[in-house]
Amino acid sequence: MTVAERRLERPGLPLVRLRIDWLPYLLLLPTLIFLSAFFVYPMLQALALSVRGPDGALTWRYFQAMVGDTYFSGAIRNSLLLTAIVIPLQVAIALTIALLVNSRFRGHTTFLYVAAIPLGISDLAAGLVWLSIFTERGYLNMLLQGLHLVPRPLTFLTFERPLLLYGAIVATEVWRATAIVMLILVAGLQLIPRDFFETAEVFGATGWRKLRYVTLPLLRPVLQTALIIRTILAFQLFATVITLAGRIVPVLAGEAYFQYTIYRNPHVASAYAVLIMGTSMAVTVLYLRLLRTREEEVARA
Amino acid sequence: MSRPARQALLAVTVALLATWVLLPLVLIALASFTPRSQLYAWPRPLLPQPWSAETMRFFFQAQGVLPSTLNSLLVAALTIGLSVAIGAPAGYALSRFRFPGREAFRLGILATKMFPATILAVPLAVAFIRWGLYDTLWGVAFVHTALALPFTIIITMSVFLGVPLELEEAAMTLGCSRLQAFRRVALPIALPGLAAAAIFTFVLSWNEVFAATILTLRNRTLPALVMNAVGAAGAPLDYRFAAGFFMIVPALIIILLIRRYLLTLWGVTVR
Repeated sequence: MTVAERRLERPGLPLVRLRIDWLPYLLLLPTLIFLSAFFVYPMLQALALSVRGPDGALTWRYFQAMVGDTYFSGAIRNSLLLTAIVIPLQVAIALTIALLVNSRFRGHTTFLYVAAIPLGISDLAAGLVWLSIFTERGYLNMLLQGLHLVPRPLTFLTFERPLLLYGAIVATEVWRATAIVMLILVAGLQLIPRDFFETAEVFGATGWRKLRYVTLPLLRPVLQTALIIRTILAFQLFATVITLAGRIVPVLAGEAYFQYTIYRNPHVASAYAVLIMGTSMAVTVLYLRLLRTREEEVARA
Repeated sequence: MSRPARQALLAVTVALLATWVLLPLVLIALASFTPRSQLYAWPRPLLPQPWSAETMRFFFQAQGVLPSTLNSLLVAALTIGLSVAIGAPAGYALSRFRFPGREAFRLGILATKMFPATILAVPLAVAFIRWGLYDTLWGVAFVHTALALPFTIIITMSVFLGVPLELEEAAMTLGCSRLQAFRRVALPIALPGLAAAAIFTFVLSWNEVFAATILTLRNRTLPALVMNAVGAAGAPLDYRFAAGFFMIVPALIIILLIRRYLLTLWGVTVR
């Protein structure tokens, strides 16, 4: 175990050992009952709906219907691609903000609140905000026109310009959902004792070296959490895309929505839900594996 | 790098990032007070000429907007009541007792934080039709409570950890029962933190789109109504901008109110 890891372990909670009795279980009971009914049950039900036919027998037909759907391959591709583009950008920006906040410059708390504002904004509202920018007669075209870069308004949000369409979605998602990553990282940075940085400075580490050899290794567990949560949330991406691109850019959660609301097919919609659930779990395991090995490498180095 | 240069770089970076967050909010506010004819005109002036409440008025007068705003508020109120009533005892238990199964419960709660509405909504819609909860505000509130509970539990746990157990014990040695000690000593101290949990729950419920859209048909919440208007009914631009602006305003106020607790809400690692 490295020194860093030992220091990061939280000291035991300041609990006084009361008589172990039934009271804590009684206090947890409402939560357990409620989550069984509205959390565990629907998860199992999603599985059941996606693999059981009307006669109750196991069937793959709903998954086959999902895979055979025109929008399926596009949805898979877009969900993965958008996740792969958006998350590195979010981590980079979030890390920049978190490091700035942690440097405690004058006004850093105000800066933290400003950076946290998008946390209170829904994916739907964020999509509408950026629609006012990217729509044909929107603010971006006003800027381009003002700078004499375009003779007439460009249409950004059209299937003829998939790159611009993607860019608009990426910008909106980065704007909306970087705050969560940022808060997790700020909280993580605050767990690192300040004398670590001071020690590093005493030994002559500055700037990049301090970041590379002190901050980032100590931040790794928190970064892992942020990545897991953010990636899982990225597979829920839905309203942002629909407000900006309609169904031109199909995504997994959006297809679950369309399958249920337009085609009234809860079975195929559940198949999508199960697919999202499975992908989320796979990604979580992947992160836990990948980041653990890298941690060992750092410990060896 | 010299010190003034570093200072300048810091200032520029901070200003750029703050602008990145704030500018779109300013723009949607401008758009919401621009009359419709100008929204579709070209070339378009940056500032509304003149400033006009026409766009906002059009939105509020649109079919279903006021009732669904009321629905959203009711669902949020129900969600706050349910999640505090159900989650606060659990948070208190986690902060005060060490008992077998405590870690398992805590990890389970953290795991539920990661499986949001997209997975729950469709199977619950099928179940709600059977249970008579489909298209009811209670049904939406139940789902929102399931989504909010992990946050309520985590924040109440951290709030009660900040209330010294000694105070409760002192009250008990002075003749209070356990419940009285909680009500008269711990609860008043914890109240601001609990209020923050309630406010966060409001944001979560007010902003939730997917489950609300799937689980309602006539009794829409505001995001469900707007989602339907945008996704299926092709609402005009002025409706969309006004809707976006109107949905954001409470969030802005609320983030300001609970700023002290922002780090607690998300700053817990999955370990």
